[in-house]
Amino acid sequence: MRDELSCIDVCRKWLEEKPEISSRFVRDLLAHIKRIDQDIKAFAFIDERRVTERAAKIEKLPRDKELRGVPVGIKNNICIKGSLTTCCSRMLETFRPVYDAHVIEKLYSEGALVIEGLNMDEFAFGSSCETSCYGPTRNPIDTSRIPGGSSGGAAAAVRAGEVAASIGSDTGGSIRQPASMCGVVGLKPTYGRVSRYGLIAFASSLDQIGPITRNVADSALMLEVLSGYDKRDSTSVKIDVPKYTESLGKDIKGVRIGVPREYFLEGISSGVRRRVEEAIDVLRELGAEIKDVSLPHTKYAVSCYYIIAPAEASSNLARYDGAQYGYRAKNPADMTDMYISSRNEAFGEEVKRRILLGTYSLSSGYYGEYYLKAQKVRTRISEDFHSAFKQCDCLVTPTSPTTAFGIGEKTMSPIEMYLSDIFTIPANLAGIPAMSVPCGIAENDMPVGLQIMAGPFREEVLMKVAHAFERSSGHEEKLRV
Amino acid sequence: MDEQKEKNVITDETVRYAAKLARISLDAKEEVLFREQLSDILGYIEQLREVDTEGVLPTTHVLPSMKNVFREDIAAFSISTEDALLNAPDRTENFFKVPKIIKDR
Repeated sequence: MRDELSCIDVCRKWLEEKPEISSRFVRDLLAHIKRIDQDIKAFAFIDERRVTERAAKIEKLPRDKELRGVPVGIKNNICIKGSLTTCCSRMLETFRPVYDAHVIEKLYSEGALVIEGLNMDEFAFGSSCETSCYGPTRNPIDTSRIPGGSSGGAAAAVRAGEVAASIGSDTGGSIRQPASMCGVVGLKPTYGRVSRYGLIAFASSLDQIGPITRNVADSALMLEVLSGYDKRDSTSVKIDVPKYTESLGKDIKGVRIGVPREYFLEGISSGVRRRVEEAIDVLRELGAEIKDVSLPHTKYAVSCYYIIAPAEASSNLARYDGAQYGYRAKNPADMTDMYISSRNEAFGEEVKRRILLGTYSLSSGYYGEYYLKAQKVRTRISEDFHSAFKQCDCLVTPTSPTTAFGIGEKTMSPIEMYLSDIFTIPANLAGIPAMSVPCGIAENDMPVGLQIMAGPFREEVLMKVAHAFERSSGHEEKLRV
Repeated sequence: MDEQKEKNVITDETVRYAAKLARISLDAKEEVLFREQLSDILGYIEQLREVDTEGVLPTTHVLPSMKNVFREDIAAFSISTEDALLNAPDRTENFFKVPKIIKDR
């Protein structure tokens, strides 16, 4: 069952009444985006010509396409043939891919109006959208605050009503944390559920693509469109894609929901704690069986992640050497100088920090102590989840320990910034699906997110529980037309 | 434990060494900044030592059911030469052009 207030439905209904995705429609849409985006800067750039050309193609598509004409924003690390795909880094400032990512092909085939250019932290290294070479995105609810990151532009654009949905990527919380901070719904599917062909790699054992939407019904629809096996991504998994939209509107009586006590210990703000506890009460009233569970290795997740993610990132970013694509420094003395000067001039500070950290932890003599140790701790963290899922169907926690913080507040302290992903990182380490749904407003008027996690390929459980919660809590952000 | 800790003190030299391996050069200010920040981060990460990982296998893939994925070695079209060179910073004919590797005498 789909919700009447679904943003995508509103779009579709409107588009059905005006079947031509006319040039007028596109002109109005682009004017609308540009007007709203002046203060938000959810988009690093807007390519009006390409959007207009796409709309003309959509007009020729059959009327029954799932997303015909629905504007969907794309994080700028997902390849679109011929479009600037920059990772918001000087390194790729002029890079135009020669192929489309798998998710872009999927969106085209359902008739979505793809809009590129959503702002992000440089190479997705960040939790606040402040490391973009195009400057920060602002939170639409309070523009003095960050929108979260790294998919900050993706979350802000949905919240501000610039697009109906957007596509982000999540390596340690980059979809869920900004969704939480902007009061929208963000989903990181199971590792392997959505093909990453055409996603510019950050940390390959953790990266996953997913949707950011206004509500749970839209998330289910988007996941149906994006999911599926793709032989071009060897980590993509060959299993059927369920009709996620059929999990909506279901009763959650008797669903066993675990509350891991380790997520309520340190650094969590009182406002976040209160809203999440109230959310758990709502789930209990809906008939769910609430269980206290323990994930004893939770406190090691951030350390584990900050070995594994930078190590993989330093390897993935070794390809940016100025030779075949990307930025090349002017007049290099020789090849080595070309590598060093190009990387030096085009990478921002956070990128250099993570490359150094990853290079160090992988360097001779430290591999066993750091990377190998972290991969063993990772096994422990996954085991925690697998034993929890023997006694419960899903787990609920806060998405982030705090609400959106101020612009510039944490840029001087990398560790403080890293800790804002403390609750989202474990799901990436274990490869399990996780979703953030709005669960109210803290005393500073900023939204709080409830994170729901389930076992591998159990996205239906997330949809079912999240939708039941959304409908009864009334926190769904109503669409203002 | 103390000995171990000493081993991981991040010096200017360590930062320079990692930078050299990563083909990044740092100015004096960055060197100091990164030395301090990497020390902080690695200091925090020290807590991993507390975890008993005796006999634990390292994660190689998050989904235990996943095995190596093989395909037949059959030549197929991917992208054209022209496409491959489309983003080249510099090119000559059908080649990427880079600075001289062998220095003039």
